[in-house]
Amino acid sequence: MITALTGRDLAVKRGERLLFEGLDFDVRAGGAVVVTGPNGAGKTSLIRAVAGLIAPVQGRIGFHGPAGPIEPDEARRAGCHLIGHQDGLKGARAAREELLFWTRWTGGGAASAHRAAVLLGLERILPLEVRLLSAGQRRRLALARLIAAPRSLWLLDEPFVSLDGAARATLQEILRRHLEEGGMVFAASHEPLPVAAQILELGR
Amino acid sequence: MSAAGTLLARELRLVFARGGGPLLALGFFACVAAVLPLAVGPAPGKLALVAQGAAWTALALSMLLGLDRLFEPDLDDGALDLLALGPLPLAFVGAIKCLAQWLVNGAPLALAAPIVEVALGGPPRAAPMMLAAGALGSLAFAFVGGTGAALVVAARRGGLLIAVIVIPLIVPPVIFGGVAIDAYASGQPWAPALALLGAYALAAVALSPLAMGAACRNALG
Repeated sequence: MITALTGRDLAVKRGERLLFEGLDFDVRAGGAVVVTGPNGAGKTSLIRAVAGLIAPVQGRIGFHGPAGPIEPDEARRAGCHLIGHQDGLKGARAAREELLFWTRWTGGGAASAHRAAVLLGLERILPLEVRLLSAGQRRRLALARLIAAPRSLWLLDEPFVSLDGAARATLQEILRRHLEEGGMVFAASHEPLPVAAQILELGR
Repeated sequence: MSAAGTLLARELRLVFARGGGPLLALGFFACVAAVLPLAVGPAPGKLALVAQGAAWTALALSMLLGLDRLFEPDLDDGALDLLALGPLPLAFVGAIKCLAQWLVNGAPLALAAPIVEVALGGPPRAAPMMLAAGALGSLAFAFVGGTGAALVVAARRGGLLIAVIVIPLIVPPVIFGGVAIDAYASGQPWAPALALLGAYALAAVALSPLAMGAACRNALG
């Protein structure tokens, strides 16, 4: 379980372009960070760097548990959820198959997947192929992983995109509960989070 | 269900979803075998001479089918990001993808190889070795092929590039398998060649995942 995330003196490059440098942040259990900034400022790249998918050119990202620092690869494999622009869902597979696979892959089971589907109002669309779902339904299917498998650090890249009013409210409630239970949220979002969050502004 | 089992079940379904699974590879295998007599000519003696080698080569080429879709869809739709955040390292993910490729395509091809060889007029006594070499060889082809697929996954439209990378790498197992089949059919000692083929397959199973893991990591960044 991850109880703190730190970034020190981070710099990330995409191609030849330096997106940001000297970036520091701290997230503790129950805390949230919202990354803001104009398009192309490096919000997605920062989230991918925390997820270990791209390597920062400088600085370090540290994960800590109750018993001290955790090896980053291990922390990411067992403690991180990522919701990105691409949802990783296969169009030709049934929504149920995809939800169950990603739930099991991230450490949950059939019962928790069912609970998540109920909470996000997905029961009726579970038998459908993913390619038949609307953008908002796909997004809810992707978000269901967050509840279906308990992991402490949520890396969310524009999690509210495509969601309707009711689904936004549900997600706000889910985030609030996750933070109350001692989880952490590291999000890029134009929408305010339902809790006090540290703002990390890129591209100034 | 363990994470590895869950992933294998998904990969098996995905291999089936990619163009009919074993039917596509078997169909290609049968087509190559059916076209060959048209090129070589109808004289039975001539065809019988090349039957074993032709069946063996066609099997190797059939294993290249579908490699371009092994990693690319997962990279395109973001699934590779999520696979990287799962309980198993990407090297293991690559190994399971290759294992699924072998189970769905390789094993049926190995079963079909003796039939194709005999149908082309080869000696029936070579059939057991066709099966054994086909099973071991297709295992090597699947893992070496997976390495090629992972290496070109970041380069778009890498389909043909995969073949260019993989074919030189599968030359040794093609030679070992060919020698083993020929020696078995002609009553010569066949064990050394089959052992070399097995050694190559085991080395591919052991080493390819490391290359696949690193290549996938590179493609994500």
